[in-house]
Amino acid sequence: MSNSIQRFAMVVDTRLCVACKACVLACKAENAVPDGYARDWLIEEVRGQFPHLAAENRSERCNHCSRPPCVASCPTGASHLAQGGAVLVTHGKCTGCKACIASCPYDARYPHPAGYVDKCTFCLHRVEAGKLPACVEVCPTSCLHFGDLSNQDSDVSRLLRSRQGKVLHPETGCRPNVYFLA
Amino acid sequence: MSGLTRRQFIKIGAATAGAAAAGSGLVTRWWGLDDDPVHNPGTDGDRVVPTFCELCFWKCGVLAHVRDGRVTKITGNPAHPLSRGRLCPRGTGGTGLLYDPDRLKKPLMRRDKRGGEQVFEEVSWNEALDFTAQHLIGLKDKYGPEALALYSHGYGGSWFKHLMQAYGSKNIAAPSYAQCRGPREVAFQLTFGASLGSPEVLDLENSRVITLIGSHLGENMHNTQVQDFASAIDKGAQLIVVDPRFSTAAGKARYWLPIKPGTDIALLLAWMHVLINEGLYDREYVEKYAIGFDALREHVKDKTPEWAYTHTTIAPDVIVETARVMAGGRPASLVHPGRHVVWYGDDTQRSRAIAILNALLGSYARKGGIFVPSQLKLPKFPYKAYEHHPKAPPDTPKGSSYPLADETLAHGLCMATIPGTANYDIKGWLVYGTNLLMALPQPEEVKRAIQALDFMAVVDVLPAEITGWADVVLPEATYLERCDEIDNPPWKVPFAAVRQPVVEPMYDSKPGWWIAREIAQRLGLSDFFPWKDSLEYAIHRVHEAGYDCEQLRTTGVVLGKAKPTTIEDGLEPVFATPSGKIELFSQRIADAGFDPIPCFTPPEEPPSGQFRLLFGRAPTHTFARTTNNRMLGEIMSENELWVNATVVAELGLQHGEKVVAINQDGVRSQPIRLKATQRIRTDCVYMVHGFGHDAKGLTFARNRGADDARLVTRVKVDPLMGGTGMNVNFVRVEKA
Repeated sequence: MSNSIQRFAMVVDTRLCVACKACVLACKAENAVPDGYARDWLIEEVRGQFPHLAAENRSERCNHCSRPPCVASCPTGASHLAQGGAVLVTHGKCTGCKACIASCPYDARYPHPAGYVDKCTFCLHRVEAGKLPACVEVCPTSCLHFGDLSNQDSDVSRLLRSRQGKVLHPETGCRPNVYFLA
Repeated sequence: MSGLTRRQFIKIGAATAGAAAAGSGLVTRWWGLDDDPVHNPGTDGDRVVPTFCELCFWKCGVLAHVRDGRVTKITGNPAHPLSRGRLCPRGTGGTGLLYDPDRLKKPLMRRDKRGGEQVFEEVSWNEALDFTAQHLIGLKDKYGPEALALYSHGYGGSWFKHLMQAYGSKNIAAPSYAQCRGPREVAFQLTFGASLGSPEVLDLENSRVITLIGSHLGENMHNTQVQDFASAIDKGAQLIVVDPRFSTAAGKARYWLPIKPGTDIALLLAWMHVLINEGLYDREYVEKYAIGFDALREHVKDKTPEWAYTHTTIAPDVIVETARVMAGGRPASLVHPGRHVVWYGDDTQRSRAIAILNALLGSYARKGGIFVPSQLKLPKFPYKAYEHHPKAPPDTPKGSSYPLADETLAHGLCMATIPGTANYDIKGWLVYGTNLLMALPQPEEVKRAIQALDFMAVVDVLPAEITGWADVVLPEATYLERCDEIDNPPWKVPFAAVRQPVVEPMYDSKPGWWIAREIAQRLGLSDFFPWKDSLEYAIHRVHEAGYDCEQLRTTGVVLGKAKPTTIEDGLEPVFATPSGKIELFSQRIADAGFDPIPCFTPPEEPPSGQFRLLFGRAPTHTFARTTNNRMLGEIMSENELWVNATVVAELGLQHGEKVVAINQDGVRSQPIRLKATQRIRTDCVYMVHGFGHDAKGLTFARNRGADDARLVTRVKVDPLMGGTGMNVNFVRVEKA
């Protein structure tokens, strides 16, 4: 185990994902996400013309950026960088002003009916207890991987060393931490 | 995340927050450095109860978390061989069934109101059960016990099957045979002497080449199978996907063969031709284990790729190349047998062709192919022996028969209800957990049969369409509120799993075992139900088999000893066919008057301006059973009609608008959203089955999407075993 500062990341193997949305349901149940909202979602991208087609399925969520515009734009400090670089929202400090929603290039946040802005937490409450995020645990295809990029032996480090990975919207300079393997 | 302890974690975490904030230039935000505790949503249970799922029929082990008496979440049981700690979306959304506000809450009885209108009245369990028993006694006295039929789909149905046999009828059927897997089971039984069962005995995780014939794994979301499928892809398995539609699986394939619907047998024969012609088949395996090879070689001699091309529209060089890829992976090269296979009425023969192709690849009883399972044997709970020897089911029209059927035909029993059409009339129905108006084809015929009934009782959880036709409705508790029979399917590792109640039954619902026993008592059949409750029954069986019942209750499962499942493991395969060998040529089929080796007959073409109607599944739903589940409905609330984008433009329609499909008999679908897509051929359209409910009681699902079953006014019956081929209807598409 490395002693350097932890950097949590998620790696999504799009080759394996079947877009079943078990991740969405598991997240909703684990985190008691209210009806009509979700912290993660599926994008099924199909390119080409019949019969020359290619598909990519992506389970998407907050990218827990290393340079998070949502944290910079938060007037109260509710949005903050927490353990492993995860971006969290302190419910009590959030006024629900939605500046973060406007600043997020990934549309990863939603206004929770209880008055604060909510989003994926990488299930830090589970990670603290030594468990994996709920979406990673449930996935029938094992296409979701979570771990620490500062640890060279972690699942996520190994996968990004051995396979071609990409992030979404690299042009924003947010330095997202959710990677997609093609 | 292994190696992280909680203590170590907090220490590192605190440092990270500060350092990262400094790195991002956020130090001026003093509140950013506050100790922000990680919010815990509090959904972990104060009790966690292992049980198994009923959102589909795969029966994965789950862990139900209960907090303050409420089920907060359902997760995969790591100890269970079918879930291995993971779950599909439906299983994850099981609480959406438990807490469905539309659930049947009280027993209901049909009453005549003045003016001829009929209504349901809420009654006590005593009244409903007395009424049911009185009618069952009446039926038996008047017509004999065989006048009663049971349709059952779901694991709680075992109690009613038992009740039926105690009563004296073996007219028990499920749409899962002749409307689903039947032709495949018959074909594999005829070829290898063993059917594939459920869960299918496929060693997908070790396959090097997987060929799917219309099977849409990933959309068809059987947990273990999808896990194994993904694991094979991860290890580099090659996929060949044959489907008129660019399915999710096709999106992962090296070869997608968008075949013309109804021509699969031509492709399968051409593949055999290439394998034999180029000497790519497993000669040693075929010589050792199979008979009929010379006849097969002769049969496929002229079934060239060029010949197949004219029927299938798949280019000859693609047929040759895919055959070579398939052979390159053998014996770990599996041609997937599919599951819902009642398509064109030639389904047993198509499944036979798939079985023969697997035999040529040497994949039966091989690693990465079809494995030979073992089953944990459990003694019966002792009860009185059945006394009556019932007459054979009247499940075929008078004077006809399906000589190779090995189960009772649900559609046939339904039709036998129309007086005078079968060997004897069915007069009463018990319906357990199956919505026959959407699960059987030709719903208008089903309604006609219902009109001829003396009596119908429905046991269900939700007020599905079928309940509206019942004389009495008995509200069952959900799978999370009851204990059923032990599940011990044949599998790689033999096991037994328990379904145990997680919470008390809500409302005035009762578990199936209790309902069946109460009816039995009123029929004087108590001796057949000598157990205190279903848990005593279930535990007794496992205990008598010598397994640890404490472990069963606390982990949900006990495992038996694994035996060799493949030749590579040391298995000596046994083929329970008449010849004791793999039958490439089947004398049994010849004796029954059919082609002993599959032949291809071109399908009927859709008339101009019409498209063949195809249907299938979505990962979030199990047929029409789950479409009222709010949790799953939030993910997918309606189906769409997939139409090729070029066709949509020609028809002057718009992606996303509501359209209707009108079939060859003028039957109109409900309005359905149009999906203009490149992902389907121009000669067919597709929709996900299970939507388009019209039952008033299903307040969420009602009027969402369209029901394909009502467009299936025609079926092409498989002459070998009576399966109802349903992909034989043509529709035109118009603006709604």
